[in-house]
Amino acid sequence: MSNGKKIIYTPVKDDSVLEELRVGDVIYLTGIVVTARDEAHKRVIEENIPPPIDLKGLALFHAGPIMVKTGDSWQCIAIGPTTSVRMEYYEDKFIEKTGIKIIIGKGGMGPRTAEACRKHKVIYTIFPGGCGVLGASRIVKVRGVEWPDLGMPEALWILEVKEFGPLIVTIDTRGENLTEKTLEQIKILKEKVRREAVEKVQLH
Amino acid sequence: MSAELEETKSRLVQILLSFIKTTAIKLPDDVLIKLRELMSAESSSYGKFIYEAMMENINLALIRNAPVCQDTGILEFFVKLGENFPYKSLLLSAIKDATIEATKKGYLRPNVVDPVTGKNTGNNTGPKLPWIEVELEPNVDYADVVLYLAGGGSSRPGRAIVIDPAKGWRGLVEFVVDTIAEYGPPACPPIVVGIGVGPTAEIAASLSKKALLRPLGSRSSEPFIAKLEESLEKDLNKLNIGPQGLGGSTGVIAVHIEYAGRHPATFAVGVSTACWALRKGWIRIKSNLSYELLSHSGGLIE
Repeated sequence: MSNGKKIIYTPVKDDSVLEELRVGDVIYLTGIVVTARDEAHKRVIEENIPPPIDLKGLALFHAGPIMVKTGDSWQCIAIGPTTSVRMEYYEDKFIEKTGIKIIIGKGGMGPRTAEACRKHKVIYTIFPGGCGVLGASRIVKVRGVEWPDLGMPEALWILEVKEFGPLIVTIDTRGENLTEKTLEQIKILKEKVRREAVEKVQLH
Repeated sequence: MSAELEETKSRLVQILLSFIKTTAIKLPDDVLIKLRELMSAESSSYGKFIYEAMMENINLALIRNAPVCQDTGILEFFVKLGENFPYKSLLLSAIKDATIEATKKGYLRPNVVDPVTGKNTGNNTGPKLPWIEVELEPNVDYADVVLYLAGGGSSRPGRAIVIDPAKGWRGLVEFVVDTIAEYGPPACPPIVVGIGVGPTAEIAASLSKKALLRPLGSRSSEPFIAKLEESLEKDLNKLNIGPQGLGGSTGVIAVHIEYAGRHPATFAVGVSTACWALRKGWIRIKSNLSYELLSHSGGLIE
């Protein structure tokens, strides 16, 4: 804890740090975060190309930043999460293959990822979507970029972060899935809302 | 091109560059007012917390002169060319140049991917992009440029359907509730829902984007539509989507509906959504190359 903030450090060396966390907990991250989204997942899983760096114990960020190069170094202008559910097709295999320990994204993920989180003691967290400058303000250094041929949003950006957050845990190491529950509730509410909304419409 | 025209064009590019930059960095007045209203109305614990992060982000963007969200989207321009505005085609080519320049300067993330090669073009232009729709405005000598930054996550719920007239407005309500319940939660709520009605899918879809861009707080001048907008707003919020889809009473900022006449045999419905960081700008460029920013108070960020 620092200023009342729960801080998790990467690379994660001891699963018990993550096992203590429960869905709904708010954490902050200090250490190394690597971005990967649609194309990088496709490359690793479908094309079976190993990631260019060792991702073991690190945090995976579903994000495509805006970066500006000054001289030899990159500066992050804005970075925030992209819709994680698009990676649901690959994530369980990606976790297994790479050994990542923390996922950062938005909108939540599905049952396959939740099961992989349970099995491999991984957590999935949500960073508030659209808060790109807040995200950039927590980056200490852009350590490098891999697979730049994928384009700026899709490349693997290696970032050093300090107290990156707020991150809301929505899948914990027991496989509990907060957003899945919320979506289930929305599905149930939908029937009633739809019926009531239709009844209000006068026909011409 | 004559030297005089060159100079005019470079002036237009300069104005548009600042306009794009401002639109990416600063939310328009109507959006800021609405977000503050919703922040005080939201009672869920995550909701409050997320609004606080949004407000911090909005302020940081201004302090750091950085785009409020990293997904600066695909640029969609809606241009009304005054019949007597002297630089019609020059303005259109200046829009393209300013888009490239804004990307180079880091105000925009390069987002355009050529679907055939799968490659990012790197400068936010590409096949038919930036998207520019042009209308002619009779008897005026200015040009109005409206810019919308269409982010990926917020464009993902977009849909259009042609339903049978027997289902009509009731079918529309079902389609909208289903679409928002399924695709709204990860689209960075609170969201704005634009609905278009018309004879064909593409007309309805196009009107749904016009609806999305209407000023927040406005209502349709047609009472039947205004009532439907209002009741859909209340009903969609009963889905308990909440900020960032984590539950709460303020998942939907507004519902706007625009319509065209339909065919006796069709009732087409389009839906477009915008995330809470609804980045739109409206600038009026006059014949003497002075301008007026109509969407944001405080003028352009140079």
